[in-house]
Amino acid sequence: MNVPSNLKYTKDHEWIKVEGDVATIGVTDFAQSQLGDIVFIEIETVGETLAKEEVFGTIEAVKTVSDMFMPVAGEVLEVNPKITEQPDVVNKDPYGDGWMIKVKVSNPAELNELLTPEQYKGTINE
Amino acid sequence: MFNLYYSTMKNTAFTKYHIELGARMAEFAGYNMPIEYSGINDEHITVREKVGVFDVSHMGEVWVKGPKALDFLQTITSNDVSALTDGKVQYSCFPNGKGGIVDDLLVYRVNAETYFLVINAANIDKDWNWICEQGKKFGFTPGKEIYNASDEFAQLAVQGPLALKAMQKLTSENVVDMEYYTFKKISFAGIKEVIFSTTGYTGAGGCEIYCANEDADKLWKAVFEAGAEFGIKPIGLGARDTLRLEVGFCLYGHDINDETSAIEAGLGWITKFVDGKNFIDRALWEKHKNEGTERRLKGFIMIDRGIPRQHYLIYDAQGNEIGEVTSGTMSPMSKQGIGMGYVKKGFWKDDTEIYIGIRDKKLKAKIVKPPFHLAK
Repeated sequence: MNVPSNLKYTKDHEWIKVEGDVATIGVTDFAQSQLGDIVFIEIETVGETLAKEEVFGTIEAVKTVSDMFMPVAGEVLEVNPKITEQPDVVNKDPYGDGWMIKVKVSNPAELNELLTPEQYKGTINE
Repeated sequence: MFNLYYSTMKNTAFTKYHIELGARMAEFAGYNMPIEYSGINDEHITVREKVGVFDVSHMGEVWVKGPKALDFLQTITSNDVSALTDGKVQYSCFPNGKGGIVDDLLVYRVNAETYFLVINAANIDKDWNWICEQGKKFGFTPGKEIYNASDEFAQLAVQGPLALKAMQKLTSENVVDMEYYTFKKISFAGIKEVIFSTTGYTGAGGCEIYCANEDADKLWKAVFEAGAEFGIKPIGLGARDTLRLEVGFCLYGHDINDETSAIEAGLGWITKFVDGKNFIDRALWEKHKNEGTERRLKGFIMIDRGIPRQHYLIYDAQGNEIGEVTSGTMSPMSKQGIGMGYVKKGFWKDDTEIYIGIRDKKLKAKIVKPPFHLAK
């Protein structure tokens, strides 16, 4: 499984990349591989300020529905338009073109509570 | 952690191939089965457009033999077994004596006193107990007139528009011209005898091939070699479900169960109230047919964007609850949400607008006839 070393992770298989006070959030390669063909993504939280671990959207594979959770608290600034048009971009490029949302981080201290790549690898190899 | 599970699961004769090919495996009905290989959408499209192979060895098989076999089957199944001739197959169900369904099944007539039943993997024990219990009334002895052969067969479903053409390469008997829902015992791929049956549950055409477990390796290899030039691929249970749903076929445990009558489920066409056929629950189901039922299994497609799932509620335009979804998915062919569910009387006509409760929204859908991926 691809777990890039420049990202932080959650136990729920989201990744987060921080640039200044804006973070980009997506789901991991492990998550997309477990879900299989991703066919529908619904994110209707743009403009909302959500707490850490609050649901920001839903991702549907052919057979399953899963919620996606905020790795940290923040305001949802933007949804990747590509993922609603072509949800399978998440299968193909989960860390690149398949990103989900951009968030204005409310409390940067929460970033320290996230998993490092090594810690995340540990959770998926259990 | 996964390996602990594997040890309690049964393998089919083909399980080793699924693992070798890198399929995502999971337990289904006690068997270690492939859920997907290349991806459900790709596998689904392969079957609709070319040819795909499913391991369906987990399905159960029961023989019914002897002079009372026909009477017995006329009593325990809803379809008219007397309409079968040698080499024909019939879709049917077992009524449960309380107006529900024990299981749906296929009935094969080998000859007037020999029948072969194919039942759902998840229901093998339940069906076998039911068959034994009902068989007692006919003086049947398990192992004699009724025989559970479920562990003795390996079975592949080869499905798709190119399936019969590909399989024709493996036998000198004519199979490309076989009628739908017929079978013959033939020599195939160097195996002395298989049951070759033009059945399947995908709506894509093709066949199902039954062989003895010891011939399974030969069958698997020959089928893939013969199919190579047609683009044959192995297909998992995930696509099996989306394929059957697109064409509106019922899945036991979802669309039909011990609480649904065949009439409610739209299975009136396999429920025959002919003279002399006094099957279990006939009176009740005849009443359902003549007087109508309060609910009925209907198919629908989403108009708004969204995917229906089992147990989502169905509403009318005023927001009143009128039913529940029993199966739903995104159609891999039309890329539209499709589903089936029990819907209250008054909302059964084609094009009737209904609403599916998906999370916190009620999304518009409409009643359509299958195949749902071609509905407009």
